[in-house]
Amino acid sequence: MYHIRATIATTRRILQQLSHDRRTIALIFVVPCVLLGLLRWLFDQNLTVFNSIAPALLGVFPFVVMFLVTSITTLRERTGGTMERLMALPIAKFDLLVGYMIAFGILAVFQALLASLLLLYGFGLEVQGPDWFLIIMALADALLGTALGLFVSAYARSEFQAVQFMPAFVIPQILIGGLLMPLSQMPDLLEKIAYCLPLTYAIDALNLIVHHADITADAWRDLLVVVVFVLGALLLGVATLRRKSE
Amino acid sequence: MATIASIRAEKLAIKKGSDQILSELTFTVSAGSITGLVGPSGAGKTTLMRAIVGVQQVTQGNLEVLGKVAGDKVLRRKIGYVTQAPAIYNDLTVIQNLRYFGVLTGATNIQIDEIIHKVKLDSKRKQLTASLSGGEKARVSLAVALLGDPGLLVLDEPTVGLDPILRQELWQLFAELAAQGKTLLISSHVMDEAEKCQSLLLLRDGRLLWQDSRESLLKTTHTKSVEEAFVQMVTHQEVA
Repeated sequence: MYHIRATIATTRRILQQLSHDRRTIALIFVVPCVLLGLLRWLFDQNLTVFNSIAPALLGVFPFVVMFLVTSITTLRERTGGTMERLMALPIAKFDLLVGYMIAFGILAVFQALLASLLLLYGFGLEVQGPDWFLIIMALADALLGTALGLFVSAYARSEFQAVQFMPAFVIPQILIGGLLMPLSQMPDLLEKIAYCLPLTYAIDALNLIVHHADITADAWRDLLVVVVFVLGALLLGVATLRRKSE
Repeated sequence: MATIASIRAEKLAIKKGSDQILSELTFTVSAGSITGLVGPSGAGKTTLMRAIVGVQQVTQGNLEVLGKVAGDKVLRRKIGYVTQAPAIYNDLTVIQNLRYFGVLTGATNIQIDEIIHKVKLDSKRKQLTASLSGGEKARVSLAVALLGDPGLLVLDEPTVGLDPILRQELWQLFAELAAQGKTLLISSHVMDEAEKCQSLLLLRDGRLLWQDSRESLLKTTHTKSVEEAFVQMVTHQEVA
């Protein structure tokens, strides 16, 4: 019972913190939509290109935004001393991190919904598969960003470092995740590396759902892989969060 | 007078990397008293406090808190900790801060209201903590430590930078808490604050210079203030 209450209280606390920071909320929701709009404009004369990359971006944007927001928020908790206070209280590390995941997950749902609706109805993206799977996938990607952000922030000593983790952890995944070039055309080793990175599966799933009327076994596998990465990063986050400093 | 020890350290040593922060500390803090942990900055006060609340690894020796090894899970419900810089969420209001930590410590809303009143923040309940003054933030942080009615309060420089009137009020509050049977360990680098403590731990360069009542410190050193006594002990040590 205590664990559930502590988790919910943490979720509520983070949402309250964000509610005092309207600009951040606006950025979380508006930026992905503006970027998609920009892209739609860019490929106005060549909609086939837009249609082929837009779904994948639906996975990339929530991932990037949530990674940044989470790592900075957690880091602030460390530098502000509240993490030390929490570690001296009965709350379990798992409660804290799950509280974080739920709070950012809630934001992610809205972000994913907004971006998906814009793509589907605003820009008329043609999706063969069910829309809901697109949204679920975007949500899973956002949670992936949150979980990795939680994990990585354990290694950042300053906000400057935390921001630098973005190009280090996120951009390589975007570059070789199948967005710029199909995996099969990549050098062998790079292809193998790509298959070890979670975003590859996210991008694959989003592409599959655009081209197939039903959810293929591969799409389910992709979703499962992303979820496993989320749980793995969460457990690593719990493991790297130390109650006692050496 | 037989007293029960709230904190008992035996040959306690703490190393951070290759730096020896604390060495050979043996002392007791008796229950229901105000003990001042006094020493210049860099003496190791914060490290000792962090070890007591269980967020700092002990390198050597024993450290027992309320009858358990420091860091024991059970202790997390029994110790109130105020860090040197106010550890509160600046982007929450005063009441939102207290409600959150209230859930974690099991404090009821009525208890939260009482505590807000105790630290005199009634008029600031709905204010964002970022907009509070330094002294007000320090009181929010103290209020958080009082949640859940812990028996041991570990306060790291709780009155630094506060105006004298407020400082006096806080010391009154500390005295009330001690009278209720709570044990308070309060650190300070300001020697006059030591005058308000019944017993003292004088710390310098990670070593204890003194542990006993203030009275006997003054008697032993034939001085009139803790500051004088401190200086005398340091000079004696250096001569010896």
